[in-house]
Amino acid sequence: MRTYLDFEKPIADLEARLEETRKLAERTGVDVSDAVDILEKSIDKLQFEIFQNLTRWQRVQLSRHPDRPYTLDYIERMCDQFIELHGDRSVRDDPAMVGGFGEIGGQSVMIIGQQKGRNTKQRQHRNFGMPNPEGYRKALRLMQLAEKFNKPIITLIDTPGAFPGLEAEERGQGEAIARNLREMMTLKVPVICIVIGEGASGGALGIAIGDRVLMLENAWYSVISPENCSTILWRSWNYKEQAAEAMKPTARDMKQAGLIDGIVEEPIGGAHTDHAAMADILKTVILATLEELNALTPQERISQRIDKFCNMGVVLE
Amino acid sequence: MSWFIRKDKGIQTPTEMKREAPDGLWYQCPNCKKVMHTREHKLNAYTCVHCNYHEKIGSDAYFSILFDDNQFTELDATMISADPLNFVDTKAYPDRVKSTISKTGLRDAVRTAYGPMNEEQITIACMDFGFIGGSMGSVVGEKIARAIDHSLKTNTPFLMISRSGGARMMEAGFSLMQMAKTSAKLALLAEAKIPYISLLTDPTTGGVTASFAMLGDFNIAEPGALIGFAGPRVIRETIGKDLPKGFQSAEFVLDHGFLDFIVDRKDLKDKLSSLLQMLK
Ligand SMILES: [Zn+2]
Repeated sequence: MRTYLDFEKPIADLEARLEETRKLAERTGVDVSDAVDILEKSIDKLQFEIFQNLTRWQRVQLSRHPDRPYTLDYIERMCDQFIELHGDRSVRDDPAMVGGFGEIGGQSVMIIGQQKGRNTKQRQHRNFGMPNPEGYRKALRLMQLAEKFNKPIITLIDTPGAFPGLEAEERGQGEAIARNLREMMTLKVPVICIVIGEGASGGALGIAIGDRVLMLENAWYSVISPENCSTILWRSWNYKEQAAEAMKPTARDMKQAGLIDGIVEEPIGGAHTDHAAMADILKTVILATLEELNALTPQERISQRIDKFCNMGVVLE
Repeated sequence: MSWFIRKDKGIQTPTEMKREAPDGLWYQCPNCKKVMHTREHKLNAYTCVHCNYHEKIGSDAYFSILFDDNQFTELDATMISADPLNFVDTKAYPDRVKSTISKTGLRDAVRTAYGPMNEEQITIACMDFGFIGGSMGSVVGEKIARAIDHSLKTNTPFLMISRSGGARMMEAGFSLMQMAKTSAKLALLAEAKIPYISLLTDPTTGGVTASFAMLGDFNIAEPGALIGFAGPRVIRETIGKDLPKGFQSAEFVLDHGFLDFIVDRKDLKDKLSSLLQMLK
């Protein structure tokens, strides 16, 4: 059963009518191919129109769509083989951060990403994609493992933030993220980071330092969620749409600001409507980007990576 | 596209006038409520002579405590904030910046400088909480980055004094990337084996904790300072319980293994010098 967001409702209505028409045909044997054809075309047209003019807040909603593909969905569809690796070797395994060696297009890569859950039980198990410090430390351990065996690193970012809990603080959430930022700067292997859904704050950045940082078309990436921004600056939850407009957190905004390197197109109607097509697109992009990065020496990659982040910011002097 | 829009001149403010606290004769400690001479309080490195409460102070005070005879050269003193996102909440961001500049006499939430500390050159970046909650936007990130460049160029130790509520929301994505920028520079500093001391003062939270503040060769803090990634209110709301006493205090963070030591501000200068001397 597909879930429809508010602004997807007109599409849902047409799809329901299409379904009815088909059932009618089955029951009565009447030829409805013309009607079906017209409905299908209207659906395509409507979908195209709606997705052409999405507001920033609507894109934020899409990034959280309950049917949207998550990290393990991509891994399953993109990799010929995947061996998941667990644990930070210090405290525990964090199910909100997954990773392991995979084979993609004949190449071995390390894939790491935040993982959300699909149903209530899974969501709790994955802590809604909010890693604890162990998650960031596991991610770093796996990245260093990849470096040791000279394999490129792909990170998939999808988190509403690092977990703001009591134990997370006790075990140094800030230190864990900070260390990743510094260590990822000097990794010798190619690093590609892709925001596939939500990219909230330091919890996202903690695995998002790469030679190429890409965003899916309907992902968002910023320093805070629009809701929390609204709460702090407007002192009310109700200004999230305005907050989203002001923050400019969409892929297009972030590309325009020069804060990401590229945008990965989603199938019309959004990634949630076609997991297979989305994974195909992403796989193609990853392989092409790897080819670009493999042409550089480790030293070239590191210095370009560092220079890129050092050039981010706008000041007056 | 050029990243740094250069203007001939920043806003001119009689900073010295504004930065000085009103020089009343008496200081009342907000902790023990006892009264002392402001001069005595100042000579005591702005700590209470009765209960040792560490008053929250800004860059002016730290520079005067740490640099010999308050001799220092400020870096990038005129840099001010741009408005890359044309951000408007209940107020336009440039108006907020402008009014904060005239209210505080500061240009942004960090000042950077170099000079002698017990006759050895040191580069210091010090945050000012009074400027939009010590929040980190492009100016904070860029000034810290350039201060680290200065450390690298002159081979002088780098001291970062943090006091911040975290991100400058009005710079959204740009604010976030300052965490990456400062960490990149610190990677270079580490590679050059130049000492980096991070002093965390009350409060240090959010993106500052999750980047440069926790990346010192030595992470040290002032007594009682609040230090954390998430703020106490957010954590309380997440877990739906009151927080244990002393949670996220410097002492708590030391106990959990994330600080090297806690330093009394009166001992700060000499302890830093001793430590740096041992690294030579
Ligand atoms: Zn006192």
